[in-house]
Amino acid sequence: MHRFANPNRFLRLARAVFPWAVGATVAFLGAGLYYALFASPPDYQQGETVRIMYVHVPSAWMAMFVYAAIAAASASALIWKHPLADIFARAASPIGAAFTFLALVTGSLWGKPMWGAWWVWDARLTSVLILFFLYLGHMALLNAFDDPARGQRAAAILALVGVVNLPIIKFSVDWWNTLHQPASVVRMGGPSIHPDMLTPLLLMAAGFTAYFVMTVILRIEAEILARRVRAHRLMQGS
Amino acid sequence: MKPKRRRLLFVLIGLALLGGAVALALSALRDTMVFFYAPTELAEKPPRAGASLRVGGLVEEGSVVRDGTQVTFRITDLTSSVPVTYTGVLPDLFREGQGIVVEGKLQPDGTFAATRVLAKHDEKYMPPEVAEALKKSGQWRPDVAKT
Repeated sequence: MHRFANPNRFLRLARAVFPWAVGATVAFLGAGLYYALFASPPDYQQGETVRIMYVHVPSAWMAMFVYAAIAAASASALIWKHPLADIFARAASPIGAAFTFLALVTGSLWGKPMWGAWWVWDARLTSVLILFFLYLGHMALLNAFDDPARGQRAAAILALVGVVNLPIIKFSVDWWNTLHQPASVVRMGGPSIHPDMLTPLLLMAAGFTAYFVMTVILRIEAEILARRVRAHRLMQGS
Repeated sequence: MKPKRRRLLFVLIGLALLGGAVALALSALRDTMVFFYAPTELAEKPPRAGASLRVGGLVEEGSVVRDGTQVTFRITDLTSSVPVTYTGVLPDLFREGQGIVVEGKLQPDGTFAATRVLAKHDEKYMPPEVAEALKKSGQWRPDVAKT
């Protein structure tokens, strides 16, 4: 683990992984969208509207997964001072925020026809909105100080504190009465979703994950190079 | 102790304390964070007069009476039920036996005047043919309102 904290070693690894991530994104999203839109059946209750699930659910999973990754990176940045961990947290934050936004918007579009409301203040929806604000706060803190190191420290502490929100999001539908239904896939007793509908859902989730890997590699590379340029300029200036 | 170990310990203890504090706060707020009450809870703990609240349950079979845009029906958790009146457009999923949440006020005569009706669907997803087959084979379990 610590071996890969070296930016040079990471760059070599990332450049090897990148083409595979691009290929996996295209393949999984292509197959997933085909299954989601054409080759999967409508739902017995919701009809064709159920197809919103194939974007909504992977976005929500990614929103939580990316946050967990940022929190882990922030912990290792605070404890072991890995330079790469700070770079990862900075690179992943806007991507996670975008996934959260996508989950909120698709959920709203799904809620109107099915529930009869764009938005309700139940525990699940509210906790995901808080996750979105945590992402915005993280990005704002990163850039709030003239000294980037101080911003990274403050943002890392925020990311760690916000991690308590993740179990709240996951279990909100079990702990409280909510309008949002309980979990369908990750639950005791196996998925309560028909295999014909689970297939496109998992394909889309794999595609979203590959997309995240692809974009985060690009952003980390750009950040490492930007830091080198800055260091170079400082050296020349002095 | 090395600074690395100290920082690790600091982060772990901080997270444990924070998690404990949040768990305590949430368990204290348990009753106020529910999105809706069940009809049985409503009968046991009647709300303040004129308080706005939400009641969740199933639309009782055979209780729906439509009169233009005005609808009356009973909402039940299979133990007790509450009569509801509502004027307006109902969501697509509204039907007898469906889980719903109504928002409004309990009237002095015991009926619930709803200002909003929300449909709740369960966590099961399947094609219509599978649902049909399950109903035929007697394997179908109707969704029982979570209370």
